[in-house]
Amino acid sequence: MRNWILHLGTLALVAVLLVTLPPYHATNLARILVLVVFAIGYNLAFGYTGLLSLGHALFFAAGVYGAALPVTYLGLPQLPALIAGLAAGGVMAALVGLLALRTAGVSFMIVTLMFAQAGYLTLLYFNPVTGGDEGLVLPDAATLLPGLSADAARATIAFALFATALIAALVIVQSRLGRTMVAMRENEERSRMLGYNPFAVKLAALALSGLFSGAAGAAYALLFGYAGASFATIQYSILPMLWVLMGGAGTVLGPLIGTAAMFYLVDIAGSYTTATLLFVGVALVLLILFAPKGILGTIRERWLTWLP
Amino acid sequence: MGFGPFLLLALMESAVTAATLALTAVGLSLVFGVMRVVNVAHGEFFMLGAVSAWFITTWVGGPAWFSFLVALAVAPLFVAALAALADRIVLKRLDYEPEATIVATIGLMYIFQQAALSFYGPQAMPVEPPFNFRIQLPWFGYSAYKLSVIAFATLVLIGVWLFLTRTRAGLVMRATQVDRETAQAFGIDVDRVYAGVFALGAGLAAIAAVLIVPIQQAHYLMGHDPLLLAFITVIVGGLGSLRGTIVAAIFIGLSDGLIAFFWSPTLAKIIATLLVALVLVFRPQGLFGARQQ
Repeated sequence: MRNWILHLGTLALVAVLLVTLPPYHATNLARILVLVVFAIGYNLAFGYTGLLSLGHALFFAAGVYGAALPVTYLGLPQLPALIAGLAAGGVMAALVGLLALRTAGVSFMIVTLMFAQAGYLTLLYFNPVTGGDEGLVLPDAATLLPGLSADAARATIAFALFATALIAALVIVQSRLGRTMVAMRENEERSRMLGYNPFAVKLAALALSGLFSGAAGAAYALLFGYAGASFATIQYSILPMLWVLMGGAGTVLGPLIGTAAMFYLVDIAGSYTTATLLFVGVALVLLILFAPKGILGTIRERWLTWLP
Repeated sequence: MGFGPFLLLALMESAVTAATLALTAVGLSLVFGVMRVVNVAHGEFFMLGAVSAWFITTWVGGPAWFSFLVALAVAPLFVAALAALADRIVLKRLDYEPEATIVATIGLMYIFQQAALSFYGPQAMPVEPPFNFRIQLPWFGYSAYKLSVIAFATLVLIGVWLFLTRTRAGLVMRATQVDRETAQAFGIDVDRVYAGVFALGAGLAAIAAVLIVPIQQAHYLMGHDPLLLAFITVIVGGLGSLRGTIVAAIFIGLSDGLIAFFWSPTLAKIIATLLVALVLVFRPQGLFGARQQ
């Protein structure tokens, strides 16, 4: 019960912020909310199932292009394109998982990294279709929802997607599947002894994670009107990891806290210095050294042990 | 130019790639073999080698051969010291836990990139080659410097092999690789061995970078490609196996160069990355490595 109060309360707070913040911050918030969906997806694989992937950029980019290619070449309307992107992310994750989940630990990280790199290079190779580094420009966000301005349409869709993703994540991690995922993270061998099929559970978790990542990629492309190969670079695999580590791996609200904190950290630092990469690097090193559980993970350990 | 000479030129170019790749990959392989650390910042040690070579040659001045020799001696030492420091400050505290060290070295990668961008700048700058004569073949002239890169890299690799097999320090490293705890029980200071191996690995990447920088300019993002190629080499050669790594470096350097020469560099990289993923999935001991007991 208190879970639902906390999470629905957070949703209400975000909605109030979206409506009351000045336009600059409201647009930022819409951007953050879409990226949070990506982080929530990453967290399902990394935080709950223990799959440390370095290839999520591929699933995000699958969503970006799964939505952008039909819109550009087939004239598909934008909202169905969102579904196409979501499906593309899930299918891509399932395909990668079928091969990559035969490995574990460090090998799994490198295999996912290599698949993502191959995906990025493929996007560059088919430059005439994908636009490569230059990318494709998509229709303006003002055409997304009839009767709404671009900003209002962005805020509405970003919030709807975020709310759906947060509630879906809450339901998943409290379900039977969610508990089995945690069992894989904690002790795969013992779960196998108990009769679970680790491969099937991990594949399901990775595919779910891919669905979230694909939806986030599609929304990012459609809301901000741009699709490019740069979304498949390793940076887009590392960022969700950083956000999740910062907010707290294996917590439902962690991705929201981590993404917002990191976004504003870089944003504020960016107004003083151009050395923004430094903040990403230092944050990663400090987190892994001193706070591997992240913000919400530490709070859960100390005070709120009931947090999902 | 006929096909034969064209192929010869492609082969010679690829041999230069293979030689520097072997140095970089052996560094990565040593670190993985002894410490079980996947060093994502390895490409940045390469980049730092090239960038510090530029600084050193600029400061030293004088004839090109002299300033280049100073850079070749000093830059790898500087990078090795930096690596030893990173090991002491960051990796040791993580107790070399594999997944945590990967995250930490990703962080180091960004820190080094930003440092190079801030102090060196976004532009690419060349270093004068130490000598400039061309060997005239019947079909084309070829830079003697590139050939000396191959020779020097071979000498360094032989040196590393002698060091590992014929000296006490090398013996200690190999003992630590086989069994860290037993080595410790025999009074080996494992922390010092780890710092030394990490420094040696970074230093090898830096030597490769100093050798390559007269051919390819120094740039703060130049570490990306060597990192990827070195990863591919180490995995195809069998994780932690030095002999496998060198065989794989020659194989991959030559095939990557040839495919890139005749078709497209992007296609060559797509094939190589997919090959690595499949090798790790279906043949984790590597194409040339022996199965671990």
